[in-house]
Amino acid sequence: MTTIIAADAPLVQYALRLADNALVLGHRLSEWCGHAPMLEEDIALANIALDLIGQARPLYAYAAELEGEGRNEDKLAYLRDASQYRNVLLVEQPNGDFAVTIVRQFLYAAFMAPFWRLLAGSRDATFAAIAAKAEKEAAYHLRHSAEWLIRLGDGTPESHARAQAALDELWMYTGELFEADAIERGLIERGVALDPQTLRPEWDETVDRVLGEATLKRPPDGWMQTGGRTGRHSEHLGFILADMQFLQRAYPGATW
Amino acid sequence: MVDPEVPVLTIEDLGVLRGVGVAEDGAVEVAITPTYSGCPAMNVIALEVELALERAGIAKGRVRTVLSPAWTTDWMSDEGRRKLKEYGIAPPAPKATRRALFGLEAIACPRCGSEDTEKITEFGSTACKALWRCRSCREPFDHFKCI
Ligand SMILES: [Zn+2]
Repeated sequence: MTTIIAADAPLVQYALRLADNALVLGHRLSEWCGHAPMLEEDIALANIALDLIGQARPLYAYAAELEGEGRNEDKLAYLRDASQYRNVLLVEQPNGDFAVTIVRQFLYAAFMAPFWRLLAGSRDATFAAIAAKAEKEAAYHLRHSAEWLIRLGDGTPESHARAQAALDELWMYTGELFEADAIERGLIERGVALDPQTLRPEWDETVDRVLGEATLKRPPDGWMQTGGRTGRHSEHLGFILADMQFLQRAYPGATW
Repeated sequence: MVDPEVPVLTIEDLGVLRGVGVAEDGAVEVAITPTYSGCPAMNVIALEVELALERAGIAKGRVRTVLSPAWTTDWMSDEGRRKLKEYGIAPPAPKATRRALFGLEAIACPRCGSEDTEKITEFGSTACKALWRCRSCREPFDHFKCI
């Protein structure tokens, strides 16, 4: 069904992986709209969701352009099934309590802030331009989630316990952030994509510093879940898509 | 043409307007760039530019979105900063440094000028603004974030 022009296939995949991460996490955060623990936080999470969906849009547009099959950003977002999504498993995990949402956000932002900063030097002009913009936003997202994590971890016994439980639960999804497969290897060699392993020291440093301040314990690196980037997802993604894609599936091409 | 969210600024003041030119096919092309990736005002701005072209009697016109170089608050004109302050929004620092990005530099109250101010929340009424409060005159105010 999705035939992709062979020459550009890795680039299309790379754009889709980045776009799907941003869109799925953005959708997750949007679920908090009207439900966050306080008004300021409601607005903050909605703002971050908007930034993420905004990052996804030019990436989808670029993927569609490279693919050259007449699809556009909307078709890529609304008309692909779960097995065609390429996001990491971390971003599709349910919101849980507020601690789970903050920990998920922190683990992702701690990776993406340096990721975008370095991708701004990509040999691919479009990735570089998108990254230059996303970098500033990611820096805000990282600071926001780190401040909350410190507040929760170093807060009451209840908030500490919940933050630690969230960390223990989500840790197994962090390994996938640092994977690079054959699709990406070629792009890394061409200076288009980033080798995620180069981000490891900075991610470790950020995580250790913030967890230290939050008086939380870094979980050991045990079994790591993986598969999202090649389309093997948890059951959660299907529910997200059912919610997000309903309108376009029921009324194809609907606009307002 | 004014910004739909900060109506005292034109898109030129804001630095969103990157240029107007005639494309190879003879169409009048207006280049705009987004402030924040997800800024919902961009669609409205693009639509209004198209309407303005039509009102001006230009049969063949279109809007082109450019991503590079990325917009930062440095693209905002001095005139834009002055208008913002008069409107009651603390303008972004003149240089988008990392300290300014994280609000580590003093933000002056747009009402009384006091630098004895504090941040209430990083994410304000729109993607581009944070909510601050002045300890001197007690007024809350929007700060156009520095990116
Ligand atoms: Zn004041």
